[in-house]
Amino acid sequence: MDISKSDHVKQRKEKQSILQQFKRNVRMHKHSYILMAPYFSLFFLFTVLPVIISIVVSFTYFNMLELPRWVGWQNYARLFLEDDVFLIALKNTFLFAAITGPLSYIACFVFAWIINEFSPKIRAFLTLIFFAPSISGNIFFIWLIIFSGDSYGYANGFLMKLGIIYEPIQWLQDPQYVLAIVMFVQLWLSLGTAFLAFIAGLQNIDVTLYEAGAIDGVKNRWQDLWYITLPSMRPQLMFGAVIQITMSFSVADVSMAIAGFPSVQYAAHTVVTHLIDYGSIRFEMGYASAIATILFLMMMTTNLITQRLLRKVGE
Amino acid sequence: MSIAKKGVSKRKKRLNRSWFGTLMLFSFIGLFGAFMALPLIYTINNAFKPLDEIFLFPPRFFVRNPTFTNFADLANLMANSWVPFTRYMFNTVFITAVGTAGHIIFSAAAAYPLAKHKFPGSNVLFGIVVLSLMFSPHVTAIPNYMTMSVLGWVDSYWAVIVPSFAFPLGLYLMKQFMEQIPDSILEASRIDGASEYRIFWKIVMPIVKPAWLTLMILLFQQLWGTDGGNFIYSEELKTMHYALGQIIQGGIARAGAAAAVALMLMSVPIIVFLFSQASIIQTMSSSGMKD
Repeated sequence: MDISKSDHVKQRKEKQSILQQFKRNVRMHKHSYILMAPYFSLFFLFTVLPVIISIVVSFTYFNMLELPRWVGWQNYARLFLEDDVFLIALKNTFLFAAITGPLSYIACFVFAWIINEFSPKIRAFLTLIFFAPSISGNIFFIWLIIFSGDSYGYANGFLMKLGIIYEPIQWLQDPQYVLAIVMFVQLWLSLGTAFLAFIAGLQNIDVTLYEAGAIDGVKNRWQDLWYITLPSMRPQLMFGAVIQITMSFSVADVSMAIAGFPSVQYAAHTVVTHLIDYGSIRFEMGYASAIATILFLMMMTTNLITQRLLRKVGE
Repeated sequence: MSIAKKGVSKRKKRLNRSWFGTLMLFSFIGLFGAFMALPLIYTINNAFKPLDEIFLFPPRFFVRNPTFTNFADLANLMANSWVPFTRYMFNTVFITAVGTAGHIIFSAAAAYPLAKHKFPGSNVLFGIVVLSLMFSPHVTAIPNYMTMSVLGWVDSYWAVIVPSFAFPLGLYLMKQFMEQIPDSILEASRIDGASEYRIFWKIVMPIVKPAWLTLMILLFQQLWGTDGGNFIYSEELKTMHYALGQIIQGGIARAGAAAAVALMLMSVPIIVFLFSQASIIQTMSSSGMKD
């Protein structure tokens, strides 16, 4: 089959130039392009083009009123050399990426793995319970009530009743606690798309693989997990990693809702909240674009490196 | 059904677990399940608490004397407000419904050729979509604001709705799911003389119904909780989530009404998920990234 096909292609290549063939190919697939046109024109307008604009604008001074003025690397120099708040934001964002990122990823997998052990009805119920926080709108504000600074807050009420503390702790006004609480809420919200992908991936693993494994000397569940389960669902693991990494780098709504904006001593300030500060409050679009460009580079690098690493799972 | 059956047969054939292991498993999942569910149960309970229970000290978790006064309060409060509450509700429902419907149709139309035809540029286009999953919409927020102001869409629904048509995740999942459709079905209709558009609309679309539901849930995540962001300024265009924020700002006097709105906001996506779970899991099984 293959040989005759490639022969055929070779013959055709001799007859017509590559350009003509390309044109013919495009014409033949006209309907494909027409079907894709609406989606991709919007996709380019709202996703691809903005990335390019953002990179270009990051080298200018632009306030939406005057025309942009080219300033070279000045915005970047200011970010890293003069803007102390940005450095705090950068530190916090890396903390989120290093702590909530991997933790949420592992949580997605571990819970999916355990849930998969139950019968279908219980499984459906548990999936609903664990997935619900991530889709229930911005309901995370109820953590505000739980961590409320007066004695009506549940956390304070509970700890005072147990006699661990004697006066209410100002959870959300104390830089000591704020970042940890935002991380905690972020983790609570993070069993989303990746979690569902893992559940689906686990259900689709070929049963005969486990039987073959048992014959080949797999002794316990941990070996089952490492040699059979993880490699079988590598595609889902890679997909889940992209979702969780992107999520952990873009913490903003939760931080702003829980810790306030700006938070106490910028304790829960992230790169995205810094971006929102300059982009939609101060309207320093050039500077904000520089922040966006750095965010873009951070997310892409981390994602591409992780993809590389995950390809090695179970090898 | 087939998925459920597979699960059962798998468990029987796999290595056995000790009773201790089972106990650990149950307590682990029970503990974390409670942690995940507590705030949700709390929201449900709070919505039915009379005011004296909401402000009880020390706070009590469960409701003793359930009442509907909070909902009545909310109705009162909203009847007297400048913009009626039903308007906020309409805005949220309109944005979510139009955004979701448009997203499903647009991304399915683009996913079909990508999944089932090889044509110049198909790999590059899909590659760009996969790359775009790797950064969040925050990156594009500023240029998008400029685009919206050029288009004159600032302070209208469209600034929120139209970009949602082209979210990359939906196209990605749709395309991966469509790859499972057997080529023979499409080939048969092609021989019958159906055009590509007809095949897409009459054959492919009905087959990928599970993926519709998945995209719906994803868009719910994005749109149901939106407060209009930087785009919507007019009071009469604002969403339910924004209204909730305003009510909470009202502080202690509004705690009951806030609890009622919170319940309303929370329950809709959960109910949608409740009925679409099986389809969503089915779609997600093809979500993997290939090397």
